[in-house]
Amino acid sequence: MKGIYLDNNATTMVDPDVVETMLPYFTEQFGNPSSMHAFGNKVGRALKQARQQVQNLLGAAHDSEIIFTSCGTESDSTAILSALRAQPERNEIITTVVEHPAVLSLSKNLEKEGYKVHYLKVDNKGRLDLDEYKRLLSERVAVVSVMWANNETGTLFPVLEMAELASAAGVMFHTDAVQAVGKVPMNLQDTKIDMLSISGHKLHAPKGIGVLYLRRGVRYRPLLRGGHQERGRRAGTENVASIIALGKACELAREHMEFENTTVADMRDRLEQGILAAVPHSFVTGDPDNRLPNTANIAFEYIEGEAILMLLNKQGIAASSGSACTSGSLEPSHVMRAMDIPYTAAHGSVRFSLSRYNSMEEIEKVIEAVPPIMAQLRKLSPYWDENDPVEDPEKAFAPAYA
Amino acid sequence: MWDYSETVKEHFYNPRNAGAVEEANATGDVGSLSCGDALRLTLKVNPDTEIIEDAGFQTFGCGSAIASSSALTEIIKGLTLDDALKVSNQDIADYLEGLPPEKMHCSVMGREALQAAVANYHGEEWSDDHEEGALICKCFAVDAVLIEDTVRANNLKTVEDVAHYTKAGGGCASCHEGIEEILAKVLAEKGESFDPNAAPMPEIETTPETLAAGATGMTNLQRIRRIETVIDSIRPQLQMDKGDAELVDVIGDSVYLKMTGACSGCQMAAMTLGGIQQRITEELGQFIKVLPDTELPKAQTEG
Repeated sequence: MKGIYLDNNATTMVDPDVVETMLPYFTEQFGNPSSMHAFGNKVGRALKQARQQVQNLLGAAHDSEIIFTSCGTESDSTAILSALRAQPERNEIITTVVEHPAVLSLSKNLEKEGYKVHYLKVDNKGRLDLDEYKRLLSERVAVVSVMWANNETGTLFPVLEMAELASAAGVMFHTDAVQAVGKVPMNLQDTKIDMLSISGHKLHAPKGIGVLYLRRGVRYRPLLRGGHQERGRRAGTENVASIIALGKACELAREHMEFENTTVADMRDRLEQGILAAVPHSFVTGDPDNRLPNTANIAFEYIEGEAILMLLNKQGIAASSGSACTSGSLEPSHVMRAMDIPYTAAHGSVRFSLSRYNSMEEIEKVIEAVPPIMAQLRKLSPYWDENDPVEDPEKAFAPAYA
Repeated sequence: MWDYSETVKEHFYNPRNAGAVEEANATGDVGSLSCGDALRLTLKVNPDTEIIEDAGFQTFGCGSAIASSSALTEIIKGLTLDDALKVSNQDIADYLEGLPPEKMHCSVMGREALQAAVANYHGEEWSDDHEEGALICKCFAVDAVLIEDTVRANNLKTVEDVAHYTKAGGGCASCHEGIEEILAKVLAEKGESFDPNAAPMPEIETTPETLAAGATGMTNLQRIRRIETVIDSIRPQLQMDKGDAELVDVIGDSVYLKMTGACSGCQMAAMTLGGIQQRITEELGQFIKVLPDTELPKAQTEG
């Protein structure tokens, strides 16, 4: 049986057209683009085309604003560390409590080095308080780093407005847009965003390729110094085949932008409604009115996410969860905790993330498969009695800490 | 995805003894909601014989928590309360053919549910005596709280000391940054700072006299016998792979083995030694280094 893949916020299938486009660059087009001879020359031109394809998807003013990196994490680190090194007189950072670990772990580490990091809080729908943000903007802040879309809930942050506010206060603005690129139309040249991170494998390009968009004129210090690649802003021989793949993937993403926001969004809505109608004590987390078209995050109360995923997986359905157990950590997802989702629901949160390769037929199969799984696990749960939660669940079962 | 054994998966997909036992006369509720694992164990104990006639579980938790609960109930049914209390978390993990290091706490939770239920049967309140921290060392499943407590209690100052006392950091070494952070934190409380170049604590004198009165309370001869028993218990596995191991010498906390047959020169030899080391360490309740006989100090081999 062919599996049903609903974990596209984790990674996506490489589009077959993308694979076809990149393959020659492993074999006949193997040259180093820096070389003087014909072997390298052709490759150099292909890189230029890929850079323009990325530029077009982002709506960047210049193709030289595109810097290829190895991944989204590298782009995030490069952006934040560059802002700190370029402005040594500024030692504060503003970010949010719900960022990806690529930004959060780096921020925690920078705190140890003496930087002051402000973490913007979110409300129970995962929304920011812009008044709090405005108060924090000052000449002590080197950079603001706020994700465009949350990877767990799909909730969108008002990055355009936040970039305007930062710009007005003379503060650099970076956004981790790895989940948004390809799903949210962008025209960066009309914005005040200074830096933006992309990860190839989130939009049907291979893993191991990313982009840092760097607005022309923004002060910059490279993370990797060495050769002249990427105009000296990211040294290291180019990952040619993957860059060309990412260029193609960006072209395809542009073509499918409409599809993502109509057909994919419709499938997501159908999935969500179907599940919520059939499974009692379940609810959508995040901000349903303002989120990515492909993401549904549903919390199933009184059961645990890893167990849910294992039973879904047994039926060939792939999703992910914010439970502590899936990551081996001691706390459920920091995003669920930040929204004040109770533990009994946070551990049972399941993220379904779709792509243009899913079909309505698959969605109907998932809607059918989910309710019995939840019923099966609830039968084992100490919080559950026959068809309903036990009365006053948190009191009826209050285990000794162990 | 975790690398769960087939037995873990089987017990998760088809849990035994799920649900509360009717006419239960002992209940144990343990776990932590923040960690996402909690378990209620109900037992029906025969008051005359104290034999557990039936056991059932209700678990809020992951695949391995459910499998551990299922395994626990299978193991203890038919045992007397006293015998049931002898079941260790390792027994539960072994029954399931092993658990990933991050998941060993699921088996600990099973054992604690049992203690809580037995206390409940006797009309007592069970209180947990340990706290769990973030997992630092994945090779030996050692968490932050244990490391911190051990550092504090023994005045440890280096990563080597921590490895010596807790095993944490004694494997792949990836967690040394985390261990250094704990050392720095504890040392800072005393106004000291962590020095990466500090010398580890001197090793305990290993004359026969100190060994005889060692921490384990065993004479050296008793200790060597225990070590031999462990090796004997592993021997069938080695022989299945057409190999064998022979105890050559015990010097202090170093146990020297001669690997023979297919085991000698085998690429897996180092791993095998690591496994034997873990077994002996557990058996003696004391950290033991297992080394190939080629590592024997020169004076020993020549003299």
